[in-house]
Formats: sequence, structure tokens, C-alpha cells
Amino acid sequence: MAGRQIVVPFGPQHPVLPEPIHLDLVLEDETVIEAVPSIGYIHRGLEKLVEKREYTDYIRIAERICGICSFTHSVTYAEAVEKTMGLEVPPRAHYIRTILMEYSRLHSHMLWLGLAADAMGFENLFMNSWRIREEILDDMEMATGGRVIQNLCTVGGIRKDVPDEMLGQMSDHLKEITPRMEELCKIFSHDSSVRHRMRGIGVLSKEEMWELGAVGPTARGSDLALDARCTGYSAYGELGFKPVVEKEGDCLARCIVRAKELMAAADLVHAAVRDMPDGPVDVGKIKGGPDGEAFVFTEQPRGEVLHYVKGNGTKHLVRHRVRTPTIANIPPLVKMLAGAELADVPIIVLTIDPCIGCMER
Amino acid sequence: MGLFAMTKRALANVIAKPATLMYPVKPAKQFERSRGMLTITIEDCIYCGLCSRHCPAEAIVVSKEDRTWQVDRLRCIICAQCVDICPKSCLSIVPEYKKSVAKPPFVDLYQGPPAPPKPEKKAQEE
Amino acid sequence: MKTQNTTLREIAVGDLVTEAGAFKAKRYRFVQIGCTGIGDAYEINYTFDKNYGYETVRITVHDGDVVPSIAEHYWASFIYENEIHDLYGLMVDGMSIDFSGHLIHTATKNPFRNPPEVTKVEKEKLAHEPKEGDA
Repeated sequence: MAGRQIVVPFGPQHPVLPEPIHLDLVLEDETVIEAVPSIGYIHRGLEKLVEKREYTDYIRIAERICGICSFTHSVTYAEAVEKTMGLEVPPRAHYIRTILMEYSRLHSHMLWLGLAADAMGFENLFMNSWRIREEILDDMEMATGGRVIQNLCTVGGIRKDVPDEMLGQMSDHLKEITPRMEELCKIFSHDSSVRHRMRGIGVLSKEEMWELGAVGPTARGSDLALDARCTGYSAYGELGFKPVVEKEGDCLARCIVRAKELMAAADLVHAAVRDMPDGPVDVGKIKGGPDGEAFVFTEQPRGEVLHYVKGNGTKHLVRHRVRTPTIANIPPLVKMLAGAELADVPIIVLTIDPCIGCMER
Repeated sequence: MGLFAMTKRALANVIAKPATLMYPVKPAKQFERSRGMLTITIEDCIYCGLCSRHCPAEAIVVSKEDRTWQVDRLRCIICAQCVDICPKSCLSIVPEYKKSVAKPPFVDLYQGPPAPPKPEKKAQEE
Repeated sequence: MKTQNTTLREIAVGDLVTEAGAFKAKRYRFVQIGCTGIGDAYEINYTFDKNYGYETVRITVHDGDVVPSIAEHYWASFIYENEIHDLYGLMVDGMSIDFSGHLIHTATKNPFRNPPEVTKVEKEKLAHEPKEGDA
């Protein structure tokens, strides 16, 4: 009955979206038949800028690709350049980078939990999640100087050391906040209004998620145990790590994966502070430029990110390619939206955790 | 239990004091390492131009003949690359923020002292 | 710190679809398609992963060549192939969802194509001359 279908545009301006993305929804009587995405609203051409800035200065730009998952971008870029140049980063720098990456994951997941509550209309829970998030951001500002952009990572290590007393203070403060984080996790998994809005929505099976190349909590909510931290980059190999998975494959399962990852991240921070080695934090002055190419995969809060770096021996890189988890999760989104109700579309779009700033660089 | 999972937290919030600060009556939270703005001790500057060449946002302009150093506040991303690269360590990032302005100029110009006189050549003394 | 296993192989354009089929049969997960412009040729990397062992195959194409799509084995490749088509101007044949150039909106068409057009912009005036007409 082609005559009864209409096309409704969703985005780029929408109250539930943190960043602009456009979807054309083909509807028949409030049920979505198919969704057609369209991107490019905040394409800044950062990959072209790499040819004009030296590789040691470019790390500052790589950090600003995204505002929420910023520290992991700078660590991945630094590891890719270090891999091409064969630099050996001291262990203390690896541990401090790991601690800050886990803090970045804590604040990103709490931001998402707040946005999900806001998308459902549950303002009280939104404010509570962000109230706890403020304490995490204060700790990051105390240690590095920035709430969301840390500016600490550099090629060969980190710029400025974080003293042991400060790390102990951060770990103790995290122990104080942990009961409130556990309460938050319990509310998200048990509250009946949250369950009514999210249970049974946007279901994809394990086989479909594997076929479509999904990454991150989107895949782990469907019993697919994929986590780039298992490869053991940075200090994760020594700290030991197991991915958090849930079985149902719907929006509530992805929400619970993110809530449980908060507790796993807090455990990793305590383990890293306890085992912190001493020593220098960078390799000193670096001569010459990167020659060759390297692929590095790390785990951002949203999934697995790839940085590919190619150099020809000069101080300017030839190519820097970033493949972010959001662009890998767009095909699952298109499949999830087929057959959904119109009122569920905001929750489904939010459940892949869209970070469009990263996706379009 | 599922219907009222939030009740305990909601009641605790009603009784407790607010989590927000009464800014601007109370001062804003700042830490020692907070990145507010970029400043320079202009007396130590040698006008080499390294900070200008390494700035990722092209926010610094240095003039050796006029002995001036200027930073475009709207372009500066406070990344501290210039601080790391300066050979005389005269640049620094301070926690205080600059107050907002509504009209140009958005660029802060620092005029340095005139150049010291060159030392006499030894050959002339002999 | 453990290093990740990544391998890289060069293959011919004609073998691309059979290689993708072989990876699918061995249950490899599809990771990404990335394009680099070097001189007047384009190198396209296809990455697949199994148990955190990442294998990349690379093809080299020139302007005007048609790249075959791997959509018959991996449906999710449409998003990367449309991105290559929109940013680099390469033709890809047989995509599962073809956006015909409308996936990414850019001000100039094919912005990453070699060589880029450069327009010279005048440097702004110094601070002590106030600008007129600004907010």
C-alpha cells in the first residue's frame, strides 16, 4: 500500500540528540518501515589538517575530535605514532593513561545514563546521574587541569606527572562515591517506568550484531563479548580485564551493560593506583619523524576505535585515518529502526550512543 | 519495589542541601592546575617566534621589529604547546579566566621593553 | 604493554570479492574500509578481525577505476563505501544501499580528492587597528 506511506524527517535538531544527525523515517501509520541516514553536518576536515601541522602538535587537535571521548583519542594517536617510531613508553605513563581513560569512561557512561533518562522524561534521574558525574569531573580537573579535555598525553608519554598523593586522593574519593553509583545502577535495572520504556525495544540477536559489525556496548548487550581492552594495550594487560555482557539484546540490556561498566571501571582505577610503578613519565626529546604505517585499536566508551597513521620520515604525517565506533553502529541502527513505533525512535537512536562529532571528524 | 525504586533517593535529595554553588556570590571552584588563560612575562621574551610556529590554532603573532607579542583569545584553545616549546619559559597558563568582552579587539597585545644596547666590540677597546 | 597483532597484505582488485568471501567463511568480523590518497593513486584498506587478530588487505586504484563492493558478503559495508564515494570521488559498483552522493553533505564536491584546490586568504590585521562592523 505505497499510497499510505509518508516520510518524516528526524533531526538534525531534536531535543534528544546531543549532536546533529539526520534520519528520514518512512512511516506507515506510526510504524517505521525503513530509515535512511544522512550525515555531514559537523564535518570539520581534521584529517586534512594533519598535513599542515607537525605530528607533535597534531595530538592537541586529535584530542579535540570529540568532547566526551577525548582522552582515548589522544592515547590512540600517540600509540600509533609510537608504534611507527618504535618508542618505548615508561610503565608509569601507561598506568596514568589507563587511569584517566577509565575516568573518561566513567564520565561518558554517566552522561549517557542521564541523557537516556531525559529522553524518557525522567528528569529527576537525569539530574541525579549528572550530579554524581560532577564529582568525577572535579577530580579530573584537579589532576590535569581540564574537565573534559585533559591535554595530558603527548607522543612518548605524558606531559606532567600526577603525584602519588593526588592519585590516592582520587581513589579515596571514588570509594566514597561508589555507593551512590551502585544505587544508580539499581534504579536503572529495577525501576518500572524505565523497564516499560526500554524492555523489548530495538532487539537484535547475537548473529545479526556480528553480521553487521557492531562494536561496544551495542554489541555487548546482545551477548557478543567484544572488547578491545582484551588485547592488553597500555596497562590493561597487567591489570586483567573481562568484558561485561548481557543476553537479551534490547535497549534495557545495553543500558545495564553501561551501568555495570561503571563499577568495572572503578575497580580498574583502584587496581591501577595500588600497583602504580615509579619512574619517569616520558622518553625525553624525540628526533626525526615517523616513517611507515601503523594500525592501533583501543576501546572508547562507545566501542572500538581505530587510528591509522602513515608517515614518510618528515615531521608532517601523510595520512591519519580515524574509524570511530559510531559509524560502525549505524548499520545496526538502520536495522533496529525497521519495524519500530515512532514514539520509540528517540530511545533507539540514543541507545547506540551517537557521538557524531567523532564520526565525522 | 520496582514502582518506587527512586523514592529513597528523591527523599534524600529533598532533605539535603543543594549541590550547586551560589556563584557569583561564592567564588567558582578552581584548582592549582586549572587551565584558564595564557599569559606571558614580556620582559623575558626574545621574540624567536617558536610559539607562533607550533600553535595548532595559529593564535599567536610575534613581531621582532616592533617587539610585540599578541594572542587571539578566541582562537586560543589553551593546549599549552607554546608553554612547552618556549626556550625562555616565559609563557604560562594561569587558573583565572579573562572576563568576556562584547566588542573587538579580541586580541591581547603585549608591548615589550625596547632592546638593550649592544655590548661594545672588544676590537674597539684594543 | 602487549603489542596488538596486525598484518597487512597487498592484493589485486579482481581478487577482492573472493578474499572477502574467504574471510566470511572463516567467521571473520568486518571492521573497516579506509582510503588514502598517495600521489595520483588511492590505496584502500579492508580490515577484518577474528579473536583480536586484525588482518588488513590493500588494493591500489587510480582515478576512473571501478571498485567492486563486498556487500554480497558483508551488508554493513555500505556506510564506508558511500563515504569513499562522497569524499574521494571513486566509483563503487554494487553497494547494498546506494546514496548516490547524498550521504555526506560537503560544501565542495569530493573534498579529499588529489590534488586539493587552494585559495589564498589574506592574513587579518593586527590588534591595534580596531575592526569595523564586527559585533
